[in-house]
Amino acid sequence: MMKKSKSISRAKYGYFFILPFFVTYFIFSLIPLLDTIRYSFFEYYRSGLRIVGPNFVGFDNYINVMGKDFFQYMGNTFILWIIGFIPQIVIALLLASWFVDVRLKIRCEQFFKVVIYLPNLIMASAFAMLFFTLFSTSGPVNNILQSIGIVSGPIDFMGTPLGTRLLIALMNFLMWFGNTTIMLMAAIMGISPDIFEAASIDGCTPRQSFFHITLPLIKPILTYSLITSLIGGLQMFDVPQILTNGQGNPNRTSYTLIMWLNNLLRAPDYGRAGALSVYLFIVSGILCLVVYKMINNDDEEKRIKKLQKAEKRKVK
Amino acid sequence: MKKRVVSLMLALSMVAGLTACGGDAANSSSDSAASAESSAYVAEGEEGKVINIYCWNDEFRTRVEAVYDKVDHTSDDGTITYLTDGTEIHWTVNPNQDGVYQSKLDEALLNQGSAADDDKVDMFLSETDYVVKYTDAAADVAIPLTDLGIDPATDLADQYDFTKTVASDANGVQRGSTWQACPCLFVYRRDIAQDAFGTDDPDEIHAKVADWATMKASGEELKAKGYYTLAGYADTFRAYGNSISKPWVEEGSTEINVDPQIINWINDSKEWLDAGLLDKNIKGQWTDDWNKSMGSESKVFGFLLPAWGIDFVLNPNWDGEAGAWAVTDGPQAFNWGGSFVHGCAGTDNPEHVKEIILAVTANKDNLMKITKDYLDFTNTQSGMKEIAEDETFSAEFLGGENPFKYFQPAAASISMTTLSPYDQGCVELIQSSFGDYFQGQVDYDTAKANFEKAIMERYPDITAVNWPE
Repeated sequence: MMKKSKSISRAKYGYFFILPFFVTYFIFSLIPLLDTIRYSFFEYYRSGLRIVGPNFVGFDNYINVMGKDFFQYMGNTFILWIIGFIPQIVIALLLASWFVDVRLKIRCEQFFKVVIYLPNLIMASAFAMLFFTLFSTSGPVNNILQSIGIVSGPIDFMGTPLGTRLLIALMNFLMWFGNTTIMLMAAIMGISPDIFEAASIDGCTPRQSFFHITLPLIKPILTYSLITSLIGGLQMFDVPQILTNGQGNPNRTSYTLIMWLNNLLRAPDYGRAGALSVYLFIVSGILCLVVYKMINNDDEEKRIKKLQKAEKRKVK
Repeated sequence: MKKRVVSLMLALSMVAGLTACGGDAANSSSDSAASAESSAYVAEGEEGKVINIYCWNDEFRTRVEAVYDKVDHTSDDGTITYLTDGTEIHWTVNPNQDGVYQSKLDEALLNQGSAADDDKVDMFLSETDYVVKYTDAAADVAIPLTDLGIDPATDLADQYDFTKTVASDANGVQRGSTWQACPCLFVYRRDIAQDAFGTDDPDEIHAKVADWATMKASGEELKAKGYYTLAGYADTFRAYGNSISKPWVEEGSTEINVDPQIINWINDSKEWLDAGLLDKNIKGQWTDDWNKSMGSESKVFGFLLPAWGIDFVLNPNWDGEAGAWAVTDGPQAFNWGGSFVHGCAGTDNPEHVKEIILAVTANKDNLMKITKDYLDFTNTQSGMKEIAEDETFSAEFLGGENPFKYFQPAAASISMTTLSPYDQGCVELIQSSFGDYFQGQVDYDTAKANFEKAIMERYPDITAVNWPE
C-alpha cells in the first residue's frame, strides 16, 4: 500500500502540457524541414504554369548550387554582417556600461532605452524603403548635403559597392544595437555590485573594471549575442533585397545567400532551393560550433593551464 | 510505458503529416489533369455572388467603373466594387514589378480546382510581356472568347488586328481582349524646346528627333543649354526591345536568344550616357528619381511614352502648369504595354465576365468615353480614326494638342509577333545587369555573365543564353 502511493508520478501531466508544442513543432517545423531535404534530391520546378518533376536526380542540385557563386554570395553575406556587427557590439557595450554605471547618474534612462530600441520595431523592409528614398540621388540626404555645400553634385550612394554595403550595414546597425544594448545591460546588472565596490576600494579605474571585471563576466551573453547575430547575419535578406531591388547590384556585391534562395524559391525551383537551404543549415551549424568551442574552450584551457602551473610550483 | 505512448503518438503524427503532404501533391496533380481534360470552362449552375479579379493596379477598375453599367459603387479602400444586381467584384492587386503579380496569380490558378466557388479567380489581367504565358493552349487557364459567347469576328471586328493576334494561342484561338493599343510617341517639354530650338511646334521638333542619329545630334544642342535629351537608358529600351526580329525564347526551345537590337540598345545607351545626353542618376523606370525627372525642376527634355504613360505616369508626376507638354512622332514607332483581360477557366460568373469584357473592350461608345476621360488610346480602329480627324478634340495637358493625330498612324505600323512567356524577366534583368556596365561598375563580359546568372535563377528551365556574334 505504502509502496504504491509513493510511486504516484505526476510526470504524465507534464507530458500532456508539452505535447501541443511538440505536435505543432512536428507539423510546422520538422516536416517542412524534412521535406526541404527530400526535395533537394529532386528536379522539381515550375516553368510558367507547367510543373516539372519531381524527378529524382541524386546530388545534382547540390553540385549545381555549389559553384563559385556560392562562395561569392557567402563572402558578400559575411562582409555585410561584419561591417554591421562590429559597430553594433562596440556601441552596445559602451551604452550598456554607461546606462548601468551608478556614478554617471544618467537622467531619463528609460526614455533613452526606448529610443534606441525603436528602430527594431520598424519592419526591415519598410526601413530599407525609407533609406532607399532618403539616399537616392535626388533624395533628401543629397539635397541637404548639397545645400550646406559639402558636396557639389549628388552622391550616388547606391551606385557603388562600398556605398550600398555601408548603407546596408548602417541599417543593420541601427536596427540591432538597441536590442544588443538591452541584452548586455541585463548581463551587466547581473554582476554582483560587491565586486565593483571591492574593485573601486582597491583603486580600480573605470577602464580597468570594464576590461577586467565586466567583460569577462558577461562572456556568456556576449557569446549568445555573437551566435544569434551570426545566424541573423547569415539570414540577411530583407534590407539588401529591398535596397537593391533583389539584384544585389552593383555587380552582385550585395547579393546575399538568402536573396539567392528567395530568387530560387520565387521561380519556383524547389530542388535547388532545397539544396541551398541544406548548405545554409550546415554552414550555420558549423559556425555556431566554432564560436561556441572557441569561447568555451578558452576558459577550460586557461583553467587547466593554471592548474598545471600551480602543480609545477608545488613540485618545485 | 507512458514514454512509449508519447513517442508512438509523435511518430504517428509525423507519419500522418508526411503522408498528408504526399497526398496533397497527388491531389493537385489529378486536379490539374481533370481541368485540362474537361471541355467545360465554367462551373455549372447559377452565377456566383463574388467576382474575383486579379490585376496589378487600379487602371482596369477605373475603366470598369467608368463604362460597366451595372456598377453601383466602390468601397472607399477600392477593394470591392458593388454591382446593382447584388454581386460584388473583389479586386486582388499585386505589384507587377519583379514578377510578384505573376507568382501570386500562378498560385491562385494552380489552386483554382480546389478553391470554393466564391474564391475562384473569375477574371485576370495580363500584360503584353507575359500574355503568351496565359493564353497558351496547353496551360488552358484563359477561356477562349467563343466559349464565353463572344465572337471575335463580329463582336471585336473594330479592334486592332495586332491586339487580337497577341491575345490568341498558337492555334489562333483568341483567349483575351484589350481596351487599349499602345503606340508610343515622343512627349517633350515645350519650354525646353523653345529655349533650345526656338520653337515648340510638333512638326519642327519631329524633324529634330526623326531617327536615332538625328536625335543624338539634337541632343548635343540640348546639352549645350544644360538639358538631357531623355531621362535614362531605360527610356529607350522598349523602342529597341519591341522591334526585335525573333522572340527571346522560341517556341519549344529552352535557350534565350539575345537579339542584335538589344546589343544596339546596349551600345547606343553607353554612348549616349557617356556623351552626357542622359541623366546618369536615373537608373531605370518606376523609381523615385525617374518620377522626379518628370517634374518641373527637371532638366529632361522628353520621354518616349504611350498614351497610358502620359495619363498614368507623366501627368501625376508633373507639378507645373497644364499645357507644358506636347507630343510628336519619335525616332521609331513601337508599342509599349497593353493590358489584356481574360476570363479564367473554372469561373462561376461566366455571364458577368462576358459582359465586362464586352463593355470594356468591345463597345465603341465606351471606348471613346475612356479615350476622352483618360486620354487612353483605345482599341477601336474607327473610333481612333474619328478622334484623330476631330478638329475640336484637344488635350488640356498637352496644351490643346490632339495627340491622336500622331498616335493613330503610329498604331497602324505596329506588329507584335515576337512575344514569348519569358519577356518580363528578360526585359527587367537585362536592364539591371547592364545598368552596372553603363555606370562603369563592371565590364561588358561581366554584365553578360550577370544577366545569364539572373535569368537562370528566374527561369529554371532556361539552359543557355546565346549572344549575337
